[in-house]
Parts: sequence; C-alpha cells; structure tokens
Amino acid sequence: MTAELLTDITIFVLALLVGFEVISKVPATLHTPLMSAANSIHGIVLAGAMLIAVTADNALGYILAFVAAAFAAMNVVGGYVVTGRMLKMFRRTRAPVPAPDTPASVNGQRTGGRA
Amino acid sequence: MNTFDWVTQLLYVAAAVCFVLGLHLMNSPATARRGNQVSTAGMALAIATTFALVVHAGTVTTTGWIVMIAGVLVGAGAGLYSARTVQMTAMPQLVSLFNAVGGGAAALIAVHDYVRLTGATAGLPESTTITTILDVLIGAVTFSGSIIAAGKLQGVINAAPVTFRGSRAANIAAAVVAVGGGIYMVATPSVPVMIIIILAALAFGVTMVMPIGGADMPVVISLLNAFTGTAVAMAGFVIGNWALIIAGALVGASGSILTKLMADAMNRSLRNIMIGGFGTGDSTPAVAGPGGDVRSVAADDAAIQLAYAQKVIMLPSWPRCWRSAARRSATPSTRSPAGCPAT
Repeated sequence: MTAELLTDITIFVLALLVGFEVISKVPATLHTPLMSAANSIHGIVLAGAMLIAVTADNALGYILAFVAAAFAAMNVVGGYVVTGRMLKMFRRTRAPVPAPDTPASVNGQRTGGRA
Repeated sequence: MNTFDWVTQLLYVAAAVCFVLGLHLMNSPATARRGNQVSTAGMALAIATTFALVVHAGTVTTTGWIVMIAGVLVGAGAGLYSARTVQMTAMPQLVSLFNAVGGGAAALIAVHDYVRLTGATAGLPESTTITTILDVLIGAVTFSGSIIAAGKLQGVINAAPVTFRGSRAANIAAAVVAVGGGIYMVATPSVPVMIIIILAALAFGVTMVMPIGGADMPVVISLLNAFTGTAVAMAGFVIGNWALIIAGALVGASGSILTKLMADAMNRSLRNIMIGGFGTGDSTPAVAGPGGDVRSVAADDAAIQLAYAQKVIMLPSWPRCWRSAARRSATPSTRSPAGCPAT
C-alpha cells in the first residue's frame, strides 16, 4: 500500500461520485447520443496506449502497443465523429417563413406600411 | 515535482473539467452539441498533453515511434471512415464496436505492463496485480460482449435470444475460471494464467450477451460502455495516470446511471434483461397489431421530439373519431366516416 495508490483511490472515488451526479434527468431522445458521448470520453485510453509505447522495447511490446494505439484511436476519433453526427439532428432548423423575404423588410426593419 | 510535471498535471485537470462539463451539457437537447464540442476540446488537450509527456520521457525507440504513430493513424482512419459513412440507423452498433475496441485497448495496456514487469523484476506490488487483473477481466468481457451486441444489431448474429443446453452453466464456468485464475495470479504472478483468464473473460462476454434479445441491445451496450469506463480507470491505476482514472470513473458511473435510465424508458428492469434471456426475454407480444410497435412517451419527451421534428402526423384514434362523426350525422352507418381510420 503506497501513498500513490491512496491518492489514486481517492481520485477514483470522487470521480465516480461526479459521474453519478452529472447525469440527471435525461430525455429519452438523448439517451443514445449521451451513450455515444460517454463512449468517446473513455477514448482517453488512447493516452494510456501512447504511454505504453514509452516502455515498449521488444517485439511483443511493439505489437501490443500498435494494437492498443489503433484500437484506442478508433474509439476516440470514431466516437466523437459519430456523436457529432447524431447531435446534428438536434440542430434547430428554422422553417423558412416566406413573409420576411419581401422587400418590405430590408435590414430586418419594416420600412413599408401594412402589406 | 518539477515544472513540467506541474503543467502536464494541470492540463489533465483542465481536460477532466471539460469532460464533466461536456457530459453535463449533454443533459438537454439545446446544449448537447456544445457539450460534445467541449468534450472534444478536453480530449484534444489530454492527447496533446500525453504526446508532450511521451516526447519528454525521451526513452521511446525509433521503432516505438513508428509503431505508435502507425497505430494511431490506422485506428483514427478506420474510426473516421466508419463514423462518416455509417447509416443513421446503424449508429448504435458502431458505437458498440467503438466500445469494444476501447475495452480491448484498456486490457492490452495492462497486459503490456504485466508482461514487462514480470519479465523485469522478481516481485510485483499486489496493488498493481489486482488492478491489472481487474482491467484485463473487465476489458476482455466488454470486448467480446460488445462485438456480439454489435453483431446482433447488425443482423450478422441471430438477434433472438440464443440459448443452448448448458449455456448458463458455460457462462458460470467462464466466470469461475476468470475469477479463480485472477485470485491465483495475486498470489503467484504468471503470464500463462493471465492468458487463460483473458480467454475465460472473452468467453464470459460472449455467453453473457448471446442469450439477450436484440431489442434489449441498447441497454446492454450502455452497460458494457460503463464497463469499459471502469476498465479504463483500472488501466489508469496500472500505469499511474490520473487522466485515465478520472475519465474512466466518470464514464463508469454516468454510464451505469444512463443504463438504468434507458432500461426504465423501455419499461424493462436491468435484472430481467441480464437474466431474462433464459426464457422470458423477447416474449412480450406486439400490442400494436400487424407489424406494429407502440412507443409511449412522457410529455417532456414528446415536447422535445415535436420541437425538432420536420413532419408530424396527427392521427385521431378511431373510437373518438367515430363517436364525433356519429354525433354529426343523423343516420349512423357502418362504413368508416370520412377522415377516420377503417376498422
């Protein structure tokens, strides 16, 4: 039992509590995007995959580092892109209102009288 | 602690803040896109910081650099291509696939560290062994489980609950071997035993997901997502990296809450889903008649869906429609009134 382990456990437990609190009442429409967002956040494993390349110095180490880096990079890049695509559906599309396009409303101000 | 350590640690904290804020903003559709951007920024920061750490360590061999960069490029390319080209309807299985490789990566980190340390020194600290075993076990279970889940959604694997004689026994046996091997490893470090528990954990993942029906897969994927988060946190323990511990624990906890929310929204209990495949799984009859599927939503969900909908079809239910039509007409007829669905 080392001091570092104690610090690590403290951080782990506090982060767990934050994780429990940060998700509250989510509308069902957002469940899948939120799952995808959480999925891309654990893509942080890429940081770990990069760090094992530091200590790799034999064939097995290189193979493990390569596969881990490829897996993790796929997780993080794909995760964020696919979440972004899901959330595009929530871009509020303003239905084109035909009326303001008339010359009567140049510069957003109604210059003419009643049309 | 020198200045470099201070700066990298603080940057990791900033990245963790971005992850928490990003997840929080995802709670509402109005802020969800911003949430994803904040989270992406945090990830970019964390990866850039790690890159600086790797450069600063200065011990990476030329082959190490080539291997790392090639791996990242291959993975990023595959992820980008599949995420860009996937159909909207096929996204859940792609998320499951990304989840699988994330869990796999977490397990491989621990494997690498374990092989290296057992080769180099005589004794491993027990705490490292325990986190290594947990990482390997959870990572392997979510790797195989998520691949099966993705296959079921894609239709590659039979989406119906697949059970065979003794499938539950096989599941329990795999769990016993994995946990038993893990306990043995704490006492006596051994690489062959680790390979055995990895295989057992992979088998456990398969036998856990196979008996669950395709309709419950989103909940299962969310659960496996929480598993991966935990595996990543364990990987953080193994290599002593706070960013992995914080982000992993965050996903592990929020993923479990989300799993419960999803199960509730589908009117399913998590316990029923996980053990229900043995018999009761997908047997709920369709209540909506031929080829139908009724989904009831709460008022606030309906409000969100209407706010972002392009087209909305209002369909009066036929009894009400018939009743009002009957009130209007003096002579009731058996034919369907105008504008009412036929019986």
